[in-house]
Amino acid sequence: MKVGIIVFPGTNCDRDTKWAFEKIGAKADFIWHTEHNINKYDLIVLPGGFSYGDYLRSGAIAIFSPVMQNVSEFAKKGGYVLGICNGFQILLESHLLPGAMTRNENLHFISKFHHLKVINNENKFLQNLNVGDIINIPIAHAEGNYKVSNETLKEMYDNGQVILKYCDENGNELNPNGSVDSIAGICNKQKNVFGLMPHPERAMDSILGGVDGIKMLEGFLK
Amino acid sequence: MKIAVNVHLKKGVLDPQGKAVHHALETLGFKNVENVRIGKQIILNLNTEDKEKAIQEAKKMADELLANPVIENYEIEVKE
Repeated sequence: MKVGIIVFPGTNCDRDTKWAFEKIGAKADFIWHTEHNINKYDLIVLPGGFSYGDYLRSGAIAIFSPVMQNVSEFAKKGGYVLGICNGFQILLESHLLPGAMTRNENLHFISKFHHLKVINNENKFLQNLNVGDIINIPIAHAEGNYKVSNETLKEMYDNGQVILKYCDENGNELNPNGSVDSIAGICNKQKNVFGLMPHPERAMDSILGGVDGIKMLEGFLK
Repeated sequence: MKIAVNVHLKKGVLDPQGKAVHHALETLGFKNVENVRIGKQIILNLNTEDKEKAIQEAKKMADELLANPVIENYEIEVKE
C-alpha cells in the first residue's frame, strides 16, 4: 500500500506518521502542499500540527493550498483520506467532513493518553476493531471541541458516521474537551474520508506507551 | 474604503474564552456582568470608493473564508 502524507507549512506530525505506516509495512511519501499529483496513492493522510500557524481558524488557510483541490477530487472519486488532529480540522474546513471545531471547553491544550470507544466499525479504518472496544490513544489539541447541528448529527448516527467517542478505561463516557456527544472521530457518508483528533501514529510501540494505533492504521492495508 | 468584518460565535455555541474572561471580571469585582462573548474584528482596506460594491465584496470574503458558517455569524461595518 502506498500512503501519501501531505505536508503544509506548520505540519509537525508528518515524520511520525510516515514512521507509523512504514512500521506496518506500507510505503509512505511526503507530498509538499504545492504538489498536485496524488493519484498514485491508496491513502492520503493529512497529519497533525499547526498548518499556517492556526491563523484565523485551525485549518482555515490550509484548504487554499494547491494540493487541497486534488485531495478534494481524490476524495470525491472514492479515494481514502485520513485526517489526524489538525488534518481533521482541515477536512472540516474543506467540507469533506461535516461540522466544525471550537476551543476546548476548559481552554487548555490537552496532551495525554485518553481512552476511546469504538462506536462503528463498518468502515475500512476501524474494521480490525469491534464495536465497544476500548482503546488508549494520545490526544494533543487545543481545539478539539467538535460541534455540528442536531440535524446533521442525527444523519451521521443513522449513516454510521460517528465512529469513535472519548470514554474512561471502563467505557463510560468521559469528555475531555466539550465535544458534542464526546465525539472523537467521524467519517463521511461514503465512508472513505476519516477524521479524528487522537493520534494513532503515537500509539505504535509499547516503549512509547501503547500499541492500539496499530490495529487502526492496519485497517487501511486490507 | 475601510470595512470591518465582525465575526462571533453563534448564539448557543459555547464560548469558553468568554466564560473565562467573565470569571476573571467577577474576580476583579465587576459584579454586573451577565455574560461575555468574544469575537474577532477583521479590518479590510479596500481599493474602492463604491460603498455597495465594498460591502458585497466583504460579504463574499466572509462567506468564503473569514467566518465558518457552521459555528460563526458575522456583521459588516463600514468604517470610513
